[in-house]
Amino acid sequence: MSEGDALIRAEGVSVAYGDGHPVLRGIDFVIRPGEIVTVVGPNGSGKSTFLRAVLGMIAPSAGKVWRAPGLRVGYVPQKLHLDPNLPLTVMRFLRLLQPLREVEVAALLAQVGVPGLAGRAMGTLSGGQFQRVLLAQALAGRPQILVLDEPTQGLDQPGIAAFYRLIEEVRRMFGCAVLLVSHDLHVVMSASDRVICLNGHICCEGTPNVVSNAPEYRALFGLGTQGALALYQHHHDHDHGLEREDGHLCNDDADHAHEHGESHDH
Amino acid sequence: MSMGRAMIIDDFILRAALAGLMVALAAGPLGCFVVWRRMAYFGDATAHAAILGVALALAFSVSVFIGTLVTALVMAVVVSTLAGRGWAMDTTLGVLAHAALALGLVAVSFLPGVRVDLTVYLFGDILTVSRTDLLIIAAGAVLVAGMMLWRWRALLAATISEDLAQSAGLNPARERMVLVLALAITVAVALKVVGALLIAAMLIIPAAAARVYARTPEAMAALAVGLGAAAVLAGLGLSMRFDTPAGPSIVSAAAAFFAGSVGGAGLWRLVRG
Repeated sequence: MSEGDALIRAEGVSVAYGDGHPVLRGIDFVIRPGEIVTVVGPNGSGKSTFLRAVLGMIAPSAGKVWRAPGLRVGYVPQKLHLDPNLPLTVMRFLRLLQPLREVEVAALLAQVGVPGLAGRAMGTLSGGQFQRVLLAQALAGRPQILVLDEPTQGLDQPGIAAFYRLIEEVRRMFGCAVLLVSHDLHVVMSASDRVICLNGHICCEGTPNVVSNAPEYRALFGLGTQGALALYQHHHDHDHGLEREDGHLCNDDADHAHEHGESHDH
Repeated sequence: MSMGRAMIIDDFILRAALAGLMVALAAGPLGCFVVWRRMAYFGDATAHAAILGVALALAFSVSVFIGTLVTALVMAVVVSTLAGRGWAMDTTLGVLAHAALALGLVAVSFLPGVRVDLTVYLFGDILTVSRTDLLIIAAGAVLVAGMMLWRWRALLAATISEDLAQSAGLNPARERMVLVLALAITVAVALKVVGALLIAAMLIIPAAAARVYARTPEAMAALAVGLGAAAVLAGLGLSMRFDTPAGPSIVSAAAAFFAGSVGGAGLWRLVRG
């Protein structure tokens, strides 16, 4: 298969840990420049393993992963525990992996919406500020692909919406692809070009359905997400007798057992 | 006559001071990583294993430096391997550290025909550092400081977040091994200076005292070297004047600096309101 213009391409990737039980099996995945791909899945579905495998942090037990030569990755880790005995200013943290000038640090901080934090100690930042500084760090190397592992954990609904709008903005400014992992099965970033539902294997993938203006949604989550959130509707093989909608690719195993709640309008 | 005597005193004090300063140079940056990565007990276990190394070195008539280096390295590798396999570290380290120390003490007592003064190895004997000792200590310390400098960016990244380091193509497992190796070398060269029981103190106390004033990791490491060096000189002075054991005097001076810097910072906050 030709690699085309893909940034990362995975074919038939399986990952097994110590006991030989596969955490992931038969994953086919591709992400192209500028694409936003959201990976959703319940806890223990192998989302983090998926990220590690496509980034080459762990070797697959089967299949292969191809990455564009010299691919620049910006990574926002799920959590970052700083020891209080480690003195670290925002400036020093942003210069951890990239040699940046002071003006570049200031510009990055402004781009992620937290200007003027350069001199602050990392330990004194609020949760939202910390999140954005992590994002700035990931952008420091002008990445071709921005990878975020559960970036909205601990944020409330307006916080998540604001963060997703920021990611869209960042994608526009930097022209990078975005690969985002979330445990929220239903509410995803509306700007996602594709949503992949993962549970050990790829259950289904498709486009998100923007419903943030639907009255039911507003009643549920309140106003003010400005279209940043979307509901992702899952369509699986075991939903018998229903017409499948456009663009959804379903290759679900019959035995697969995850549920997506009651709110589906299949 | 009195001139010659003065020269001799100057000579061994000079060697002692240089040896101590060398240890401070290595212990400063390494001690910061020990603090940041919460490896304090790890340092203790490695240092205690050195006593076993002394026994083995004397039994097989090899250099004490080599003996302690090898056992400290073995201990450090064993501990970090067990940690990687998810063992409960406080218990594991508690068992290994004290087992190595006890085993070492027992092994030394078995040595035929040698009456080894163990206090030398437990508390150090910086005033008897020979010219050769000094050369080895300096070589080891410069090697450790060089390793810290060379790997600084990767070590720091892996300490802040292994995931982040890995995403940038760094190998956190390799950086862990760099620290393990540096720790073993530091234990081997510091044994004669502060002794097995107080090596961990030389790693942790200057770094902890430096933390109070440092705003960046680099500043903390540099300040830890400075405070460690000051503690060496102050402790040696104390030891000369009051005829106290040199190693514990150095650590006491470091502890006093720590108390002073923590207390001073508290007072400063109080004054500023």
